[in-house]
Amino acid sequence: MGEQLFRRAVVAAGVAAGLAVASFPALAAWEPTKPVEFVVPAGTGGGADQMARFVQGVVAKHNLMKQPLIVVNKSGGAGAEGFLEVKNAKGDPHKIIITLSNLFTTPLATGVPFNWKDLTPVAMLALDEFVLWVNSESAYKTAGDYINAVKAGNAGQFKMAGTGSKQEDQIITVALEKVVGKKLTYIPFKGGGDVAVQLVGKHVDSTVNNPIEAVAHWRSGALRPLCVFDGKPMPYPAKVTATQSWQDIPTCKSAGVDVEYTMLRGIFMPPGVSQEQVDFYIDLFKKVRALPEWTKYTEDAAFNTTFMTGKEYVDWVTKAEATHKALMQEAGFLAK
Amino acid sequence: MATKNEVPAGAIRTRAVELAVALAIVAIGLVVVYDSHRVGVEWAEDGPRSGYFPNIIGWILTAAGGWIAGETLYRWKALGGAVFVKRDELKPVLLMLLPTIVYVGLVWLIGIYVASALYIGAFMRLQGRYGWLPALAVALGVPSAIFALFELWFLVPLPKGPIERMLGF
Amino acid sequence: MEEISNLMHGFAVALTWKNLLFMFVGILLGVLIGVLPGLGGANGVAILLPLTFTMPPTSAIIMLSCIYWGALFGGAITSILFNIPGEPWSVATTFDGYPMAQKGHAGEALTAAFTSSFVGALVAVVLITFLAPLVAKFALKFGPPEYFAIQLLTFCSFIGMGREPPLKTLAAMMLGFALAAVGLDTVTGTLRMTFGTTHLLQGFDFLVAVIGLFGLGEILITMEEGLSFKGKSAKIDPKIVLRTWAKLPKYWVTSLRSCAIGCWMGITPGGATPASFMSYGMARRFSKTGEKFGDGEIEGVVAPETAAHAAGTSALLPMLTLGIPGSPTAAVLLGGLLIWGLQPGPLLFVEQKEFVWGLIASMYLGNIVGLLIVLTTVPWWAAILRIPFSIIAPVIVVICAIGAYTVHNNMFDVVMMLVFGVVGYLFKKLKYPLAPLVLALVLGDMAETAFRQSMLLSNGSMTIFFSNWLVGSIVTLALVILCYPLFTWFTGRLREKERRATEAR
Repeated sequence: MGEQLFRRAVVAAGVAAGLAVASFPALAAWEPTKPVEFVVPAGTGGGADQMARFVQGVVAKHNLMKQPLIVVNKSGGAGAEGFLEVKNAKGDPHKIIITLSNLFTTPLATGVPFNWKDLTPVAMLALDEFVLWVNSESAYKTAGDYINAVKAGNAGQFKMAGTGSKQEDQIITVALEKVVGKKLTYIPFKGGGDVAVQLVGKHVDSTVNNPIEAVAHWRSGALRPLCVFDGKPMPYPAKVTATQSWQDIPTCKSAGVDVEYTMLRGIFMPPGVSQEQVDFYIDLFKKVRALPEWTKYTEDAAFNTTFMTGKEYVDWVTKAEATHKALMQEAGFLAK
Repeated sequence: MATKNEVPAGAIRTRAVELAVALAIVAIGLVVVYDSHRVGVEWAEDGPRSGYFPNIIGWILTAAGGWIAGETLYRWKALGGAVFVKRDELKPVLLMLLPTIVYVGLVWLIGIYVASALYIGAFMRLQGRYGWLPALAVALGVPSAIFALFELWFLVPLPKGPIERMLGF
Repeated sequence: MEEISNLMHGFAVALTWKNLLFMFVGILLGVLIGVLPGLGGANGVAILLPLTFTMPPTSAIIMLSCIYWGALFGGAITSILFNIPGEPWSVATTFDGYPMAQKGHAGEALTAAFTSSFVGALVAVVLITFLAPLVAKFALKFGPPEYFAIQLLTFCSFIGMGREPPLKTLAAMMLGFALAAVGLDTVTGTLRMTFGTTHLLQGFDFLVAVIGLFGLGEILITMEEGLSFKGKSAKIDPKIVLRTWAKLPKYWVTSLRSCAIGCWMGITPGGATPASFMSYGMARRFSKTGEKFGDGEIEGVVAPETAAHAAGTSALLPMLTLGIPGSPTAAVLLGGLLIWGLQPGPLLFVEQKEFVWGLIASMYLGNIVGLLIVLTTVPWWAAILRIPFSIIAPVIVVICAIGAYTVHNNMFDVVMMLVFGVVGYLFKKLKYPLAPLVLALVLGDMAETAFRQSMLLSNGSMTIFFSNWLVGSIVTLALVILCYPLFTWFTGRLREKERRATEAR
């Protein structure tokens, strides 16, 4: 295991070095001439913020950019503040933004005037998974157990905690309700960490926390994962607890709950920037992804590490927006 | 009795300010009530709607402001003697307030560093009657120290204007 | 005692020259961050986090947590000297700290603030050292109804001040609640009172309001009273520290109560800011000289500072054991742990013994180092008041503007600060109290969210607030405290009647 990690690190370092050489001409073409603002449309301490600060840290540590990267939190109005800031910074190549699902949900739910098409897509860094969790002291050993219990119970009897309102967690909850045919009581909290602790404290019956938000409680034996809301199990075979790995968590589909949802961790730039400038950042993130720290980070958080740029990325975002719109329309979350 | 209501020339009476502030509170209260009705003020089955508490708060604000305004009007004559601020007191307050308003406007236009230098320098020259040398020293020193501290050290970007941009920031 | 041997091992880890140097640097940076409003502990820690990746995690967390201590200490400085709270939790320190400085007792106020901070933190660290697992379990009992009960308790222990006209107190408080409601409603995700403008999306920040109401408002009032700070002529004497220390033991009851409040609020997690308000309110109520609070009572500095520091310190416990941050600064520290590959949670104490105990040991050391540093600087801080007003006033305004801007990196906040400054001036002159306004602003949003989450849980039934012994007793306590002034008034009346009756006989 240790050896494997070491080998991986060596390979990654090699790739990084290779990339650095390969991308030298691109670097010469355009590079930032002043500090780059890395906008986080969420508060400090959340998943997007952590990723941005991680990137900031490794970019500084490995000297991947001559100018510093500065993380700036603009969380007002469910992130609308951050998106509007980038939208209004037309042609400014010294500003990038990391997104979460609020790229779609915030304009749809609040009616604040922006759309991802107002921004310049750069790259998809990763997709965050969602897992259905219950307290390990509960009787539900599998997703099937839980679903049957919900079906047998009264409407609203089972309580689901999640982050925010009319955002990803509630969208999944509504999708789950549709499959099960029973209403769940959704209780919104401000942060994913709080949500997990509410479940540990048995104040609610289940959550759909991201892996990184709940993993500590899983390892300590307080929480139990039932299924992952993705098409295939997570690709991490290393044991997280004594007996289970991320890979061992079945998909919700296999348990009869055909709900798939992943959250975009992607990078965008202001409108009106040149392709050269976009290429610089694509290249930068390629280098970040090649670092051993990134490998460890994504494994800890059990990210789906799909990387996309260019048209592929645009297509993915277009599709994701349509999916969100459909889901939110059905749930009645669209702004009036 | 007649002397009681006389105040020095140019002074502002407390009752006028009291009334204005109370009416402003009423106005804010009504705005809050209006917006609460937009998002729903009722107590639904699963608890209060978004506007439930703001609605109550808005009404209390309106009532409290209205009461204070009413009381002020009711005792209007009796309150006549109280002075909110005399002219020679108001002058320094305005000498502080107006430049600060200009300063905030300037921050918007030309960034915080140049605006701060102008503001500190002007204040020291005109209010403190300092010579050019100390005024210049503080006016340039403080923004430079702030620049070093925020932009260079803590990497907190503050509003910048054309001059900083010319220098490449 | 396993804890003691663990702690000794921790001291061995923390006590290297290099770590002591990091501690020293961390404290200094922290004090600086605490002094500058807007540049909060969270910002400072977040900004420096990347720089610490190249250090070993233990050294890094020592430096970062020392920044945190430094910021806790530093927040009091500007509160006392200029009525500008450098950090949200030092707002309550202004209530008596600033009047003390105006009377020429700035040195005493600073010494009292720093010393109480130290005592508060020390008690909290001892609690963490010996009761960590127990306390962590207790924190798990807190769901939405319990949170709401805690906020209700804070509120009830603070209100009922009396000196200002009750109607104006009510208006100020409601204004605070109304401002707190602006922005996104967490429970339903709808925007409230933004009226289509994007500026109001983030709502009114507590710190922006406070910088304007207290800081700028005070400068305007000072201008009116003539171009100078009161108390500037006070003699600055290095022995002031010793003289103040001689006075402090008298307030041991207040100190003890404030420690208890602070630890409780840090763990539950109510946070340092409500803790400081609650502690101040309780001290005023139980003190023999309670009616003098607000005129520069040293007890009114001891109470909030002790509680704020105890809360700030004990807030690190839920972060380490549960992964929930008790404050924004703790949230950033938490991010740091994750980046270093350390997983906060119940297993941290088992798997990363060296790290955890090194951190706990550094809490002891960091606070001692911090106290020494800030105490030696007391005369210098107090000397700032001797700088002529026409130099320091514009500099303070500039620092206020920067503070307001950096809260959200938003220019609109600077304008709001200006508006709040004028409001502060008007309110102070018209005897509208500012304290209920800021308390409502800081608690309003949290309390409403917790209340509505509880209602969702209970399907709209109020009985949830008496559904178990914990929430039931907190709510009852809050109601008792709320009614306590009525009770004393009533018994006072009764006694008066009795006295008259006996006299008549």
